[in-house]
Amino acid sequence: MIDFELSDEQKMVRETVGAFARERIRPAARQADESESIPQELIQQAWQLGLGREPIPEELGGFGGKRSVLTGAVAVEELAYGDLAIALHIMTPALFAFPILEVGTDEQRRTYLPLATGDEFPFVTAALMEPRFDFDPTALTTRARKIASGFTLHGAKCFVPLAGEARAFLVYAQLENGAHGFDSVKAFIVERGAKGLSLGEREKNMGLKALASYELALDLELGPESIVGGEDSSYGARLLSESRVALSAMAVGVAKAAFEYSRDYAKERHAFGAPIATKQAIAFMLAEMALEIEASRLLAWQAAVALDKGGDAIKEASCAKNYASSVALKVADNAVQILGGHGYIREHPVEMWLRNARGFAILEGVAIV
Amino acid sequence: MVDFELEPQIIERAKFYHTIAETMMRPISRYYDEHEHEEPQEFLQAMWRGALAERASGQQGEGGQRSQTARTLATAVFVEELCWGDAGLFLSIPGPGLGGAAIAAAGTPEQKERFLARFKSGEPKWGAMAITEPGCGSDSAAITTTARREGDYWVLNGTKIFCTSGQRALEKSDGFVVVWATVDKNAGRAGIKPFVVEHGTPGVSVIRVENKLGIRASDTAAILLDNCRVPLDHLLGSPEVKPERGFKDVMATFDATRPIVAAMAIGVGRAALDFVRDFLKEQKIEIRYGIRPSRMTALERDFIEMETELQAARLLTWRACWMLDRGMRNSLEASMAKAKAGLAVTRVTQKAVELMGPLGYSRKYLLEKWMRDAKINDIYEGTQQINLLIIARRILGYSSKELR
Repeated sequence: MIDFELSDEQKMVRETVGAFARERIRPAARQADESESIPQELIQQAWQLGLGREPIPEELGGFGGKRSVLTGAVAVEELAYGDLAIALHIMTPALFAFPILEVGTDEQRRTYLPLATGDEFPFVTAALMEPRFDFDPTALTTRARKIASGFTLHGAKCFVPLAGEARAFLVYAQLENGAHGFDSVKAFIVERGAKGLSLGEREKNMGLKALASYELALDLELGPESIVGGEDSSYGARLLSESRVALSAMAVGVAKAAFEYSRDYAKERHAFGAPIATKQAIAFMLAEMALEIEASRLLAWQAAVALDKGGDAIKEASCAKNYASSVALKVADNAVQILGGHGYIREHPVEMWLRNARGFAILEGVAIV
Repeated sequence: MVDFELEPQIIERAKFYHTIAETMMRPISRYYDEHEHEEPQEFLQAMWRGALAERASGQQGEGGQRSQTARTLATAVFVEELCWGDAGLFLSIPGPGLGGAAIAAAGTPEQKERFLARFKSGEPKWGAMAITEPGCGSDSAAITTTARREGDYWVLNGTKIFCTSGQRALEKSDGFVVVWATVDKNAGRAGIKPFVVEHGTPGVSVIRVENKLGIRASDTAAILLDNCRVPLDHLLGSPEVKPERGFKDVMATFDATRPIVAAMAIGVGRAALDFVRDFLKEQKIEIRYGIRPSRMTALERDFIEMETELQAARLLTWRACWMLDRGMRNSLEASMAKAKAGLAVTRVTQKAVELMGPLGYSRKYLLEKWMRDAKINDIYEGTQQINLLIIARRILGYSSKELR
């Protein structure tokens, strides 16, 4: 039955994470962007919120909660409202843990989920994206081939968050098994120090500067137990959709930040004797920003609910992500425009949000929430 | 708990309306587009009889069997189906219409009973609403039509235009028009009151029925009120002039009607989208969902964008309806839905014509008609710009004086 009201638990998550984002993340965002680093203390505090380990069983170090993509979307919207780079850092362990939780074998869960839990922020990550203009997660050029002793993995990855310190990686590759598209996308567990895993330099990107991300070169031989969920399971579509919902929600968070900042500025800034917000040219921009943010959020929620009901939501999630990505970019651009010259100056956060928002069209991940 | 699935009973009922759209509206769609002022008698009679039968069996209104907790939402879903059939024919369906909505929003219980009872029996009847004047549209507060009290009557004088189903209400049935007029020009908005003007009242006449770009099956009347006398109890609600109150009634009407107009828009947009989808299917062109936009064909990009725009509008619309059903204030959300839907379907239908090339432009198909029909949604019930203005005032916390 149609309902637009979050559960009490979801409202509480929104409130708690939202308060953390406003009070702790946002004040640290500019300095993190400039220095390209995030205070370890902040990450540790964020980890205590429990977002990355909530749905992991207690015996494996989690809180044994029920996993909900919608609840996750609500949480990461708030985090990204604080700062996108910090949000992505905070959620990186989930990139490793949630796919194993969802589709891994019991053995894999027992062995690897403890690496992604505990009281200290755990450095584990995932490698999906590839350094090609035509990168597409449904057609990876990283190849996995079956051999007698397990698998070989060849290829190159980019935008691997926290790879510099990660103890373990989930590496996505196209398994050469005759299947195509989502069905042949498999995750492999690779531990740090594996022979043939080479870490590149830390990347320098236009935005998300505080997030330490790296390129990886892969020329690996892995054991048969490294393939997540075994050879016959098919999960690429669902995992990808989960991340697309999370990225949509994060796009909404960034857009909301930019909207609110430029709205407040427009009410303060006077021109020709009145606040610029009283001019229709500005007011209409803000009105459109507000309604498109609402629309993006509803599209993301619809995809989230479809996933929570067990579907793979390929259409809903990809459409939501494309929509929310372009809305975030447009809203952030409008925010810079409303601040005019001041928007271009790094004293205000809107230029940073514009750089970060551009990232959504580029970013793809796997199961962040 | 957040959920996007319609109740089974709404889905079932929507299928019924879809069948009406497909079998009773689509086949006559082109004819009544080209024969603008002819009456689709058979269709109007059938819809009226259907509505009567539903009421007789204890179900309600043109929406038929609906969930008691989701009345507006159900209406939006059904209206989308009917406008998928033909928006102009939908607007011509007999019933209380916008006039009924005004009575529901502003009238006393006794007035509701008195004026709306007629829709339970007899021949087809229409209710209509007249706000717009030659000199004022969205600026409803600038209404110049006057209501002067003389003994036991209100005397109305002025000209109203763009009154949907005005001719059917006044000349073709035992209907009525709700006319908004000022009882005190000095009071501004507070002085604007709604009056029920019955068919056949001396002094009211239809002076013109407009020729339009689209929704041609719908009659759009210009009405002259020349010393038109209506009984005192035809003023809806209280005659007292309270600051802002009069206008609040207009606004309350819009809060309820804008989401429905948005749903109408979405129906037209979906018709165009389905046309393109079916055509592509025939040509064995498959839309690939889930691949990255940079790898899509231009056609895929356009199509998916159209589809998502429409879905975004639909979700905003459903939320505005859901809020109303829960008794929540929804002015902001109703305006968001209307602004988004009007613009989205204007763009979607125009893009659809482009994508279909000569087939889209040809009157052999209905697509070009839907493009013409769609445009009205960006105009009536508050233009795109007026809705943006309302949204802007709300999000900025400005009054209508501060943000004009």
